[in-house]
Amino acid sequence: MANMAQAIRMALHYAEENLGVTDIFGEDVGAPLGGVFTCTQGLKTAWNSPLDERGIIGAAMGLAMAGARPVAEIQFCDYVYNTIDLLKLAGNTLWASNGQWNLPMVVMTPVGSGIRGSIYHSHSFDATMTHIPGWKTVMPSTPLDAYGLMLSACKEQNPVMFLIPKALMRVRGEELIPGEPGDDKQLSKLIDAPLGDRSKWTPQWPELADAAIPLGKAKVVREGRQLTVVSYGRTLPLAKKAADTLAGEGLDAEVIDLRTLWPYDWEAIVASVKKTGRVLFLNEDTEVTNFGEHLARRVTEKLFYHLLAPPKVLAGKFVPGIGLADTLEAASVPQQGDVEQAMRALAVMQP
Amino acid sequence: MARDAKKLKPVKEFKPITRSDELPLDAERLRFMHETMVKARCLEERLIAMYKSGHGYFWIGGPGEEAFNVPLGMLIKKGQGPAFDFCHFHYRQSATLLAMGEEPLGAIRQMKNTSTDPYSGGRNFAGHFSKKAWNIVPVSSPIEVQYSMVIGTAMAQKRLGGDAISIVTGGDAGTAEGDFATCLVWSSRPNEELPVLIIVTNNTWGISTPYDQVQGVERISDRGVPFGMRTKTIDGNDPISAYLELKEAFEYVRTERKPYLVEARVSRLYGHSSASGANFSTVEADCLSLFEERLDKHGVRAKAEAKRLREKYAEAYAELARQAKEEPFPDGATIWDHVYAGEPGKDPLAD
Repeated sequence: MANMAQAIRMALHYAEENLGVTDIFGEDVGAPLGGVFTCTQGLKTAWNSPLDERGIIGAAMGLAMAGARPVAEIQFCDYVYNTIDLLKLAGNTLWASNGQWNLPMVVMTPVGSGIRGSIYHSHSFDATMTHIPGWKTVMPSTPLDAYGLMLSACKEQNPVMFLIPKALMRVRGEELIPGEPGDDKQLSKLIDAPLGDRSKWTPQWPELADAAIPLGKAKVVREGRQLTVVSYGRTLPLAKKAADTLAGEGLDAEVIDLRTLWPYDWEAIVASVKKTGRVLFLNEDTEVTNFGEHLARRVTEKLFYHLLAPPKVLAGKFVPGIGLADTLEAASVPQQGDVEQAMRALAVMQP
Repeated sequence: MARDAKKLKPVKEFKPITRSDELPLDAERLRFMHETMVKARCLEERLIAMYKSGHGYFWIGGPGEEAFNVPLGMLIKKGQGPAFDFCHFHYRQSATLLAMGEEPLGAIRQMKNTSTDPYSGGRNFAGHFSKKAWNIVPVSSPIEVQYSMVIGTAMAQKRLGGDAISIVTGGDAGTAEGDFATCLVWSSRPNEELPVLIIVTNNTWGISTPYDQVQGVERISDRGVPFGMRTKTIDGNDPISAYLELKEAFEYVRTERKPYLVEARVSRLYGHSSASGANFSTVEADCLSLFEERLDKHGVRAKAEAKRLREKYAEAYAELARQAKEEPFPDGATIWDHVYAGEPGKDPLAD
């Protein structure tokens, strides 16, 4: 099965062949590297930009204005922060022009902890990004979802921010992408660039199919009756595993993968919370003005009389960075044990 | 305290055609230039009057730059899509719009923030034009972002072939921002040069701060020299000089498909904006009066005729303002319109 980097690569290949994507670009995105996480190896429209994030976002906006369909990469979301006003501008251009100029563009960027990336390769971006109206923001947790969400992003008429949980970039999926060979080694031989000289290498793309996942649709990855966990990205598999573990203790938890952060699937949250009465919002961005706080606020206001316990948010600690040492990273963002503990505590709370 | 633009150090290659006695353009063109400059001046003065009489919240514009901005508009190949010029303007460009053939009523409606404002539907400040039919991308208040976006439209044009170019304008103060460097770097990449006409209108002020107090580059056009691009500093107070200099630059960019950096020395006749009073400066050169002296002297247009034109347009625009005052403001419920293209406007949190 493909990992997430391969899934994104295949989606971008499908998009440049079938969805009109004209430019896939950013720092080290073109040959020979094909992206520091290999997401853009072998793509025919991939090219290297100057090391200039503002130029990357500005170029994407201009290309979109001129009828092209760009997918721009910011190498790590830690370096997207100097483009915030351009992201705001991309989000308000249609609105400010009263409907004249829409920007069909995708920006993708790896986010979050999990690779011991220290202070400037571990940032999350979901809390900040969901403060910027006019964009759609997605964050997959499986390769198949990454594939399907990328196809939808490339079909959008509006700017889409595609957040890639870098801790999951090398995790193999459990579901086949339509067209990919079932054998990992065979897939690698077809689409992974060789080490060393790549000047004569071209990928052998499998016959891929459109498996677009609509933006705004969550996925219930585990059904349960007593407790809901709403998560996305790196923390989603933690929730799933915790739910499986706690099932052995008699706790029946439902796990929802939000997949699209904006516009998010409110109906899925409502249906689940009405059933369970208990909800944990789980992500790893810093917890003050966290996206989970918005969800907790809305659940509290709209579903108060369905609740058996206060909605909880488990997120990253509000500290300036994630330290390099294992112990520091583990203390900064939710780990497996933290998630299980939070779920147990929520399950036993009594009104 | 006002400061004379002439205090800038003399510029070696500055071509003072203004002071020349010749008029190397045909009379019809000169009269069109003059009349358009008059229209632009009268329009801005009407907008200022609207602000001062409570019919608008904020004024900003380009009175004093007409001698540069009118020729600029005369040379633009207007239309929609990459086969036509793209215009990445800042907020001092009404004279350019008029020279392109735009009706003045839209600017007046935008000043009054009526729902009929064709550029932003009452959402944005005066001078913040947007017209997709002519590739005028939405003007925004940040003073630098257009220098990053322009590379994207120019890339699409380079790829398309033909002679269309991307034009970007900004002020001297904005060249301190990184986006200006972005534009220089991206437009001059080896073998990937871009057809961008990079324009800086240097009025020697950033709101209240003199240019030479905060920047040490004597000629802003010199910033382009290390990038191997053509550069020049021109007299933006003389419409004939500006037309000829711009024509040469346009032709170079159209045919060579490479960037050209033009710095135009201009006046700022009504201060930065309404925030600094919007009162007429008596110490800066008035390009319109200077031009009228010359036209009169050469028998192209008598002073009396020039005066009559000013009175005619002043009255005509006062009438347009009276018309706009009767028009409705946008309905508050429309704030949800055009957040996303292709989707009905609605409050996403209403349920």
